[in-house]
Amino acid sequence: MTEFETHDHDVLIIGAGGAGLRAALGALSEGANVGVVCKSLLGKAHTVMAEGGIAAAMANVDSADDWRIHFRDTMRGGKLLNNWRMAQLHAQEAPERVRELEQWGALFDRTQDGQILQRAFGGHSFRRLCHVGDRTGLEMIRTLQDRGVQLGVDVYMECTISRLLMDGDRVAGAFGYWREQGRFVVFRAKSIVIATGGIGKAWKITSNSWEYTGDGMALAYNAGAELMDMEFVQFHPTGMVWPPGVQGLLVTEAVRGEGGLLRNKAGERFMEKYDPKKMELSTRDVVARAIYTEVREGRGTEHGGAFLDISHKPADYVKKKLPSMYHQFRELADVDITEGPMEVGPTCHYMMGGVRVEAETAQSTVPGLFAAGEAAAGLHGANRLGGNSLSDLLVFGRRAGLAAAEHAKRVRTTSVNSTQIENAARDLLTPFERQEGENPYTIHRDLQEIMQNLVGIYRTREDLTRALAELEKLKERNGRVSVEGSRMFNPGWHLAQDLTAMLTVAEAVTRSALAREESRGAHSRIDHAGLDAAWGTKNNVIVREGPAMTLRQSPVPQLPKDLQQLVADEK
Amino acid sequence: MAEAVFEIFRGDREGGQFATYRVPIAPGMVVLDALHHIQAHQAPDLAVRWNCKAGKCGSCSAEVNGRPRLTCKTRMDALPLDQPITVQPMKSFPVIKDLVTDVSWNYRVNKKIPPFTPRPDTKWKMSQEDVDRVQEFRKCIECFLCQNVCHVLRDHEKMESFGGPRFFVRVAGLEMHPLDSKSRTKLLKDELGIGLCNITKCCTEVCPEDIHITDNAIIPLKERVVDEFYDPLLMLVRKIRGTKDPG
Repeated sequence: MTEFETHDHDVLIIGAGGAGLRAALGALSEGANVGVVCKSLLGKAHTVMAEGGIAAAMANVDSADDWRIHFRDTMRGGKLLNNWRMAQLHAQEAPERVRELEQWGALFDRTQDGQILQRAFGGHSFRRLCHVGDRTGLEMIRTLQDRGVQLGVDVYMECTISRLLMDGDRVAGAFGYWREQGRFVVFRAKSIVIATGGIGKAWKITSNSWEYTGDGMALAYNAGAELMDMEFVQFHPTGMVWPPGVQGLLVTEAVRGEGGLLRNKAGERFMEKYDPKKMELSTRDVVARAIYTEVREGRGTEHGGAFLDISHKPADYVKKKLPSMYHQFRELADVDITEGPMEVGPTCHYMMGGVRVEAETAQSTVPGLFAAGEAAAGLHGANRLGGNSLSDLLVFGRRAGLAAAEHAKRVRTTSVNSTQIENAARDLLTPFERQEGENPYTIHRDLQEIMQNLVGIYRTREDLTRALAELEKLKERNGRVSVEGSRMFNPGWHLAQDLTAMLTVAEAVTRSALAREESRGAHSRIDHAGLDAAWGTKNNVIVREGPAMTLRQSPVPQLPKDLQQLVADEK
Repeated sequence: MAEAVFEIFRGDREGGQFATYRVPIAPGMVVLDALHHIQAHQAPDLAVRWNCKAGKCGSCSAEVNGRPRLTCKTRMDALPLDQPITVQPMKSFPVIKDLVTDVSWNYRVNKKIPPFTPRPDTKWKMSQEDVDRVQEFRKCIECFLCQNVCHVLRDHEKMESFGGPRFFVRVAGLEMHPLDSKSRTKLLKDELGIGLCNITKCCTEVCPEDIHITDNAIIPLKERVVDEFYDPLLMLVRKIRGTKDPG
């Protein structure tokens, strides 16, 4: 057998964004030997792009806030499809997780009396988002990465995992390669945490970076884990629409949180028609559909969006609270947002679905395999509230890390047979051996077109059925993909691997969307408008059976009486 | 359709040369868009780092027409198109492949810096005014362009005795944190070699986050080092009082 570079850890974490780094800190605190693997350099993960803030009922600004209200907002935002226990833990623990960040050196914006300042956001009943201007994610990832490095986490940067290694039905390690030289590497671990983020790169108009290919979900799926709620893909209402090169780039919800107004080309504040009570601060699913509808019905802006205007606020205030938006528009779109409106439209942004996990421990259905953050499902149900992602990363990143360390203590040794490793190595190299095969960039572009056009904001049976047929064709083409050049830092080779993951999650999304014959949260079926009570009690679950993807329904966990009352209470 | 001509460095540690690519121009296009176009249509193995494409992650640093830039924020319509646009990797760091450089030295320097150390009895209250100046330093996206242009590193290659502007900014963020209790002046003087900086402000000029690296971070830190180690009056006071040397 070939000898591979091998590393041993109690806990291996795949992904170095907020969830992965917080998991690493959690596992370290239990005395585990922790490794973190990430595809990019440390500190560049998607968390760095998070802008608006961390939702936590700290009640620094609105004293009436508490975890119960945060819990209720989260459940209602998710159209009650959430795992209630996750929503409860999240609301209860988020404030402590934020305070912890501050104690590790994070510097949030302040209230008059010196506490952490909180701002309003869509779907939150109170001003709840702890923030740093519009670069909260950067503050968070720096704080976590510096602490992790100080405490001795081993970080494997620019290293890509292509397969999980199994010992029977439990995880035992991971196989991957160093991007720099293309050299293979084996990690042996007793517990693995998937913290790989989302899947937005399968869509054409997206706020997501190249890393968001659903690779972690596909790794888990291939290892036998269940995926849940895959039909719920969040389209953020406000992405840039012009110029073409920046289409989809995120415009933070903090613009609306700070008082930004949405208008159509006739100058009407159209949210009056869609949610007269919450207006611009309605939930993301509602605002995204509203903008989409305005544009489709001919009331859009020149470049097919809506106007978002914050210029009625003092210029200094805008620059202070939304500095990166100010620069982004000035430098990339020649628009001064202190003077005039931005043009915005929906962009694929976030995946509510993902690896199905147990609420307390973040463990998947595979022993030793954990998942946290965007890669996991359950907390957000059918639609995520803004600000609930960063808090999710902290709360469930920590829980996953603690539980993974705990699990590692109970596991004796694991063993991986060499055949698995040899197969993984062979699969990675196959695209180099094909001559005149398919170009991975072309397949990717075609996938993005299909998902954008057929599995977007509004869906129909016809479109989804067609999408499944098209995905089948793409899978065949992907079987013929070929790669040029050497193994050394080769983005085309990387994309060839990513495609397999993207096709897996795209199929899971499409199958789940086709099954759910109702409209709920981020999933809107033109042919099944409105909520369906029966579907309100079911989560779609995807699992691999042999080579085939199968779909089944699982009952939504029942809320205990007191929480039921809380969610039902009108306010 | 209008076209731009690119001369892009293709090579690795062993050496390389510039290769020519033609790319159609779209409105508002940035250099990173052109690099992606080249990957998709002409050179699938062209090595480029990028993540956010919005100036927030600091991954896509390179030298465009000889100027250190984030390629995601370098507009094509700001470049002269009557001549080829050259794109090459940051010069101060060893090339891995094409536009990708080995920046691991920066991560090693970062490890030397003692973390935020609050006093045990800290009350977690801070005023916005006190936080403002530190927040400026915390805007850093670690694009390492400041490290790339600093002549102490670029020309004199003092990697072993100098920390570079990025890490002076990081230390300033800790030293000026309203609740931090640790002194890092000895580290600045000895291990990070702040005395080697002769404040030419090259770093400040290239910072895509507009951090006033020289004026707000390096100069105040230099003053702290001078106060603690070279001020004869303060040295005398310390001697008389028997207070500890700065740590």
